[in-house]
Amino acid sequence: MSYQVPKFRHPDLPLNDLGYTKADYEGTISTLCAGCGHDSISGSIVRACHELSIEPHKIAKLSGIGCSSKTPAYFLGKSHGFNSVHGRMPSVVTGAALANRDLIYLGVSGDGDTASIGMGQFAHVARRNLNMVYIVMNNGCYGLTKGQDSATADRGSASKKGDPNIYSAIDLCGTALQMGATFVARSFSGDKEQLLPLIKAAMSHRGFAIIDVISPCVTFNNNPQSTKSYEFVREHSEATGTIDFVPMHKEITAHYQPGSSHDVTLHDGSSLRLYKADESLNPFDRRSAVAALEDHRDSGSILTGLIYINEDSRDLHEVLETSQRPLNQLDEADLCPGNKMLVNINASLR
Amino acid sequence: MKPTDIKNPEYFHKVVDCQHACPAHTPVPEYIRLIAAERYTDAYMVNWRSNVFPGILGRTCDRPCEPACRRVRVEEEPVAICRLKRVAADNKDDITDRLPTIPRKKNGKRIALIGAGPASLTVARDLAPLGYSIDIYDNQFAGGGMMRSQIPTFRLPVDVLDEEVNYILNMGVTTTFNVEVDSLKEILSKSYDAVFVGTGAPRGKGLNLPGLEDAMANVYLGIDWLSSVAFEHTRSIGKRVLVLGGGNTAMDCCRTSRRMGGEDVRVVVRSPFEDMKASPWEKADAAHEGIPIYNNHVPREFVVEEGKLKGMNFEKVEAKYDEEGNRTLIPIQDGLVFMEADDVLMAIGQENSFPWIERDLGIEFDKWDMPLVDKATFQSTNKTVFFGGDSAFGPENIITAVAHGHQAAVSIDLFCRGEDVAQRPPPHVTLASQKMGVHEWSYDNAVENDQRYIVPLAPLQKTLKDRKVEVELGFDISTGFKEAERCLNCDVQTVFDELRCIECDACIDICPTDCISFTTNGSEDDLRGRLEAPAPELTQDLYISADLPTMRVMVKDENVCLHCGLCAERCPTTAWDMQKFLYNVSQAGQ
Ligand SMILES: Cc1cc2nc3c(=O)[nH]c(=O)nc-3n(C[C@H](O)[C@H](O)[C@H](O)COP(=O)(O)OP(=O)(O)OC[C@H]3O[C@@H](n4cnc5c(N)ncnc54)[C@H](O)[C@@H]3O)c2cc1C
Ligand SMILES: Cc1ncc(C[n+]2csc(CCOP(=O)(O)OP(=O)(O)O)c2C)c(N)n1
Ligand code: SF4
Ligand code: SF4
Ligand code: SF4
Ligand SMILES: [Mg+2]
Repeated sequence: MSYQVPKFRHPDLPLNDLGYTKADYEGTISTLCAGCGHDSISGSIVRACHELSIEPHKIAKLSGIGCSSKTPAYFLGKSHGFNSVHGRMPSVVTGAALANRDLIYLGVSGDGDTASIGMGQFAHVARRNLNMVYIVMNNGCYGLTKGQDSATADRGSASKKGDPNIYSAIDLCGTALQMGATFVARSFSGDKEQLLPLIKAAMSHRGFAIIDVISPCVTFNNNPQSTKSYEFVREHSEATGTIDFVPMHKEITAHYQPGSSHDVTLHDGSSLRLYKADESLNPFDRRSAVAALEDHRDSGSILTGLIYINEDSRDLHEVLETSQRPLNQLDEADLCPGNKMLVNINASLR
Repeated sequence: MKPTDIKNPEYFHKVVDCQHACPAHTPVPEYIRLIAAERYTDAYMVNWRSNVFPGILGRTCDRPCEPACRRVRVEEEPVAICRLKRVAADNKDDITDRLPTIPRKKNGKRIALIGAGPASLTVARDLAPLGYSIDIYDNQFAGGGMMRSQIPTFRLPVDVLDEEVNYILNMGVTTTFNVEVDSLKEILSKSYDAVFVGTGAPRGKGLNLPGLEDAMANVYLGIDWLSSVAFEHTRSIGKRVLVLGGGNTAMDCCRTSRRMGGEDVRVVVRSPFEDMKASPWEKADAAHEGIPIYNNHVPREFVVEEGKLKGMNFEKVEAKYDEEGNRTLIPIQDGLVFMEADDVLMAIGQENSFPWIERDLGIEFDKWDMPLVDKATFQSTNKTVFFGGDSAFGPENIITAVAHGHQAAVSIDLFCRGEDVAQRPPPHVTLASQKMGVHEWSYDNAVENDQRYIVPLAPLQKTLKDRKVEVELGFDISTGFKEAERCLNCDVQTVFDELRCIECDACIDICPTDCISFTTNGSEDDLRGRLEAPAPELTQDLYISADLPTMRVMVKDENVCLHCGLCAERCPTTAWDMQKFLYNVSQAGQ
């Protein structure tokens, strides 16, 4: 058993704009089961942050409890981190984000952590459009506690040792849309080509960006009777289309076959180019997104890709009109402007 | 690309960079693991089987394996493969009971070996255990060839040489020493079943410059001078010595001069320092002994006053390279540079010479007066005469001579049994899983970060006084262990089974050096351009699987794989396994 990843790296690893290699965004060696989908998502997060040239100390990664919530130890070893209690990651992010708006907040959760114990917190953080990326590593079970069905398990799906699930499943993308999330996507741990640009786009979006990533639990829920297995997901996913993420200041150079494409400029100046595969979905329209989710559910397929994006999103800080300077940088003089100001305020209220 | 055929032994052989680069294909990682396990005798025997002279080579080998070592591609320095060999030799027990038994009843075939250098000795070692009667002829007083006459004792102590030469001579070989063979015809007339010519490249090259005739008394050919030192005909040299040449012979000449009375010893070489043929460590050893190297100095004339050598004049040059990398040396100043000298050693190269081989024996010679020798069988155009070592294709080194010897022995054995010498026997290979438990391997898969350890040297005051004092002390046991741990076990192969793969990406994500990709197939050129990490090293193969269910293939760039086993540890279905690949070149009679 290896307790450490060897120090040596490929000699020609590309450097990003900051002069860092991908290795500078790695964490410690994973202790998850071999083949767990969560590790692949960690790998995509590492790559996304590297390729976006984010300074590691500008990211805070927060999580709840679960195998999925353990993953922040395995990526972004030089970033801020907070491993909170079960289902409570959203409230901790809310506090942190309000105190310091300058960081990029990356919340990592599981389907149990989000759709069971954390459902209330999830609903409210989406509703408030907190500026964060919320990644659910969705395996349809409680991996850490030995694979009990979770609230995202499909009706009829059975885990390795379990009976077919008798309850209906919570669709986290649908819930997020309903609650007011402004960026909603679904992907698959085993499809980096799709997941990577989605993570980058989510990180550049201002507002609540959720990616529901189906991530097979190889140990408890990767059997043929499960709808969250590698094989089932590969066979049943249907992508909304492909997207290209183009960072700020870079020109769009990729050349694609003609088709319907649409460019979206994101808040930080980077842009997204969407190539739609499914003409019936309009990802700028919430009703269309909800309908597409329902249609795919009815037809037994899994809709992946970018499902909804609100280009006019106003995040919690904007809504609250908080100061541009992060609250944690305000000193006593800023916070207690003195008697004269108080008199003025009182006068204005008379 | 087509799926890789890992059943072809050459595929995994190439992954074991050191073994592949070793002319005799010594199973390097196998013996390094044995050293780490303190099984020195076993480690020695793995070497002895392949390279015949582990103690000698552990001190003197040209080490083509080291620049090839994978470690160079992920960090600065290779594993000290050569010096680990010496650790095995220094710490082994008595091995006599492990040597092959020599049949008392001979097979009736008689073989003559001309020259008793490493090439001939290897032939003897391989054929004597098969019952061949062997006669060795050499003009020196003892066996070893240039290992005895040329390699100075401060690099190779005589007892180490004697021990390993004698393992062979004690196999019931008949030796005729102190005899110059001056006619191959005469040897052939003794109706041997086969004759092996291992006479080396015994003639030193000289420079015929103005003034040479008058300076003659103080000008020597490097290799002649070294052997006369070795055989104690020469016991001193002047205080100021110029050594001309930039190869290993020049390094041995200058270092020997320092021990024979030379105080101001200089090496003067035409080429730039970087282009010198000497191995980097030999240059470093010379520098350590206070010997300056004057590069870019072309020797022009001997300066003689009153019939006595005063020194030499050199022209200072600069190297210019054209687009193809061809070098020209361009003079950069008017006038010549004078250097004083009491003696001059010319170490500018050696060549073959076969005055003793009659030209009517059916042995064809080419326009450079070299015999036509088959590169695989070492047979000449006279079917009973074989060549090997420096005599076959010009001066090389000990390990090449050994490799030739093994192959020539295979040929001689086939030839004497009436079989086709061109049908080479395949190598012996085994491939065995190293899995001991879920995440347990029977090899130490952790990758050590340690930098290469330095071999300690005896103090200069001591070594410069006596040419017989060995300079290198060798690794002690604990340093040897630490150095052995640096080996990446490149023979423990990553074996992929596409039928088990569920394409979960775990191996891609964990691989520290981004060796593994899953992608759609394409031509090699195309694939190399779109893997997880750049794959520009064309000499390193891509390992390609058959199509996977998603119609992609697994592509592994072997280039910087650390053989750490993490891919196999992270694979949920054991589609990856770590399997030890042992490759042994077939030897005569096997
Ligand atoms: C100064 C010097 C230093 C070297 N250092 C190294 C080193 O550190 N490491 C390394 O790997 N290699 C080294 N080499 C090269 C190495 O010694 C040779 O490549 C190797 O010994 C060749 O082996 P061989 O069996 O072909 O012939 P040799 O070792 O040359 O043996 C040939 C033998 O045949 C004898 N012989 C020749 N003609 C006749 C004849 N007509 N009758 C009878 N006997 C004859 C010779 O005297 C000699 O004993 C060095 C060479 C020189 C010159
Ligand atoms: C308050 C509380 N209740 C219950 C638990 C037990 N528990 C630990 S992890 C977990 C479920 C995790 O499921 P999920 O979030 O899907 O993570 P996974 O392991 O599947 O990635 C539960 C119920 C706990 N740790 N804390
Ligand atoms: S139990 Fe399941 S979710 Fe947890 S690490 Fe193992 S495979 Fe991953
Ligand atoms: S690391 Fe070890 S096995 Fe690999 S090339 Fe170097 S010495 Fe040989
Ligand atoms: S053994 Fe596997 S994980 Fe380790 S470097 Fe090689 S391919 Fe990568
Ligand atoms: Mg889960």
